[in-house]
Amino acid sequence: MGTLKEILKSNIRQFGMIIALVAIMLFFAAYTGGMSLTPLNITNLVLQNSYILILAVGMLLVIVTGNIDLSVGSVAAFIGAVAATLMISNNMNFLAAALISLLIGAGIGALQGSIIAFFKVPAFIVTLGGMLFFRGLTMVVLGGKSLAPFPPLFTKISSGFIPDVLGGEGIHLTTMVLSVLLSAVYVVFQIRERKSKQKYGFEVISHTFFVGQNVLVLLAINAFMAVIAYYRGIPNILILLAVLIVIYAFIMKKTIFGRHIYALGGSEKAAQLSGVKTARIALMVYINMGMLAALSGLVFAARLNSATPKAGQGFELDAIASCFIGGASASGGVGTVVGAIVGGLVMGVMNNGMSLVGLGIDWQQAIKGLVLVLAVLFDIYTKSKN
Amino acid sequence: MAECILEMKSITKTFPGVKALDRVSLKVRSGEIHALVGENGAGKSTLMKVLSGVYPHGSYEGDILYHGEVCTFKDVKQSEAKGIVIIHQELALIPYLSIAENIFLGNEQARNGIINWNDTILRTGELLQKVGLTESPDTLVTNIGVGKQQLVEIAKALSKDVKLLILDEPTAALNEDDSENLLQLLLELKKNGISSIMISHKLNEISKIADSITIIRDGQSIETLEIGEEGISEERIIRGMVGRELTDRYPSRVTDIGDVYFEVRNWEVYHPLHEGRKVLDNININIRKGEIVGIAGLMGAGRTEFAMSIFGKSYGKKISGSLIKDGREIHLNSVSQAIENGIAYVTEDRKQYGLVLDDDIRHNISLTNLQSITQGLVIDEKREIREAEEFKRRMNIKCSNIFQKTVNLSGGNQQKVVLSKWIFAEPDILILDEPTRGIDVGAKYEIYTIMNKLANEGKCILVISSELPEVLGTCDRIYVMSEGKITGEMDKADATQEKIMKHVINNKREVE
Repeated sequence: MGTLKEILKSNIRQFGMIIALVAIMLFFAAYTGGMSLTPLNITNLVLQNSYILILAVGMLLVIVTGNIDLSVGSVAAFIGAVAATLMISNNMNFLAAALISLLIGAGIGALQGSIIAFFKVPAFIVTLGGMLFFRGLTMVVLGGKSLAPFPPLFTKISSGFIPDVLGGEGIHLTTMVLSVLLSAVYVVFQIRERKSKQKYGFEVISHTFFVGQNVLVLLAINAFMAVIAYYRGIPNILILLAVLIVIYAFIMKKTIFGRHIYALGGSEKAAQLSGVKTARIALMVYINMGMLAALSGLVFAARLNSATPKAGQGFELDAIASCFIGGASASGGVGTVVGAIVGGLVMGVMNNGMSLVGLGIDWQQAIKGLVLVLAVLFDIYTKSKN
Repeated sequence: MAECILEMKSITKTFPGVKALDRVSLKVRSGEIHALVGENGAGKSTLMKVLSGVYPHGSYEGDILYHGEVCTFKDVKQSEAKGIVIIHQELALIPYLSIAENIFLGNEQARNGIINWNDTILRTGELLQKVGLTESPDTLVTNIGVGKQQLVEIAKALSKDVKLLILDEPTAALNEDDSENLLQLLLELKKNGISSIMISHKLNEISKIADSITIIRDGQSIETLEIGEEGISEERIIRGMVGRELTDRYPSRVTDIGDVYFEVRNWEVYHPLHEGRKVLDNININIRKGEIVGIAGLMGAGRTEFAMSIFGKSYGKKISGSLIKDGREIHLNSVSQAIENGIAYVTEDRKQYGLVLDDDIRHNISLTNLQSITQGLVIDEKREIREAEEFKRRMNIKCSNIFQKTVNLSGGNQQKVVLSKWIFAEPDILILDEPTRGIDVGAKYEIYTIMNKLANEGKCILVISSELPEVLGTCDRIYVMSEGKITGEMDKADATQEKIMKHVINNKREVE
């Protein structure tokens, strides 16, 4: 049974970035006199970062296989343009258009993925080409102009909130009810997991620490929900994001596909000789990335309520940085979905905080660069310590 | 007695949690070849890293006297300046640089930072001549074989005006010819007054060229043996290494051999890159249930290529011939098909091809057969842990727990993990490629025991090994392969080292 200190020490890589995230939030809260923690700002934080976080999830899979995808920003822009053409110029139903967009995204992923997986062209080169190619196509599709506005229902993906069916006053009651439900589900899962571990005779953390850990998580969930409940409740996009995170975290941790992704990134040759269909796995990961890039493009277009040729510029770099800040290894085989999300939030919170403080975009960029290198430095340092 | 060139006194080196060296002493006389032996993990390499300054002065206790002077090396540069050069087990050559560039890497023939290439090439030529290489200095290192690369390493050491050469398992990756070549070169260097320290597991080589042997066990120096005129028996050395008499290096087994279970017929394979170059020519072999069959031969004979071409066509092009398992022809076009059909291939290169080194023991073991512990979509992690624990116990894998990364295990324990993962795949036919390469005597015995157990369970075992005593000691029947052909077959009863070598060499003569 480990003491709190030992557990923290052995999990410093996991907890390190979460602690850093909390510290950064507290810093900006103190600096702005609590302005950064207002319901409006927290809600904005979610809305502003959703499309990067979606990309970060897909990118994490790509990076764990030991590859990279530089094309996602351009693909997102291209899909935004395609969706706009379908919905605005051709009056297509927004659901059908979104579905087609996702399929096109998957197709783009399949194309790039095949070249990488079967013809062994380095991913950096293929996706660098993709980045230029789809940026160009975006401009072709849009004719260099912006296309707007989208059907109102479509924009609700990014700007809508779940309805308050319970009709609270001053506070979004449905959100709070959901928050309590979520807490209950979380606790039940945690207890079941612990019980089953005990049944098998595996080592579990001490009872006090278990309770403490759960109380902390519940506090965080409920505090967050309470804050956004004071504004307009849970944004639609947050639900989408949460579902994505849960699904992908599950895939990576609990399924054969996930395990094969880690094995491929850890040692391609050893994985292949163990019966892992390495080329197929790499291809699937790119198809998935293409689809998520398309989703991100839709979300971004819905948020702007227009498709522009400049959309998604630099998104790929933010998504890649999120993964690395979140502890993924540049040589593959290491990284978690939750880590990438935390990494993305660190960047998001910093962006947001620095804007509130009134720091110019120039300094924001410079500081973000520093944070990326420092985070990875910290990561490598703690690894060498163990 | 000649003067001592080197004396290491009471060296103690601790890493966090482990004492790697505990008051180790070593004396090397001027102009001798001194062998350093011990099981893997005994501390030989650590001792040499202390000597060469890889671990700087101050990070260990004890004294190093070189030519009677106390040395305080801060890094490798300082020890090299004194003429102590270490050649590591993993060759440190850069593949896409030429021989000349590699030899003078870090020691460029330059004036004011500008390299004098003519000088470099000229000096490289002289050095290559000394080590008996006829290659042009411009040849890229990637284009010469491992044996020659090893010689380039030595030429590199000579370029630094070496007085004391340290070689860490120099022949581990070499075939017999190249090994012989290298050993002759060491004797040649000795005549020219260069002393050597050689770490090796190959006791026959040691008794051939060494003047004295220091045995290290569990971080302590056990004894130093002088090899006089009459030589020294391998048993004597092994006794010092393992601390007990290994009366039998190969565990005995009651054989229970059944009918022919697996057969390879008219197997032909072409080289994956050079069109029209036949690598394997009309191979026919069979294995019975419960039988251990060996394929002997030199490195480069095509044995690994043969195994991999069977194993889901992992090697080669235009593969033809048939595989018959249990009376039925099977077609294996991918590794996963091979696994499904009950074939397992334990690679000769466990670090590159056998393990995902960055991952833990548990995940490495389960990788070959995740299906068996998956329900619906979900991997049953508790079952996975139980299976891994079971293998840890059964195979006697020495580790802190099954969550330990495999990169941190010793060679023998890594090999046990590789074996575990393939046994977990529940194969009927196991192909073991150099199963005991680079692992110590004690672990070898354990691996042989596991092989016997598997055979007694009715599995077919095919062993590829370059060590003839191992083939003779473990196999029921032996095929000899040479230049991509089967050149001989014999039962255990009438097999001898001489016979096997004759089959290897006869074929070579015919070809030439």
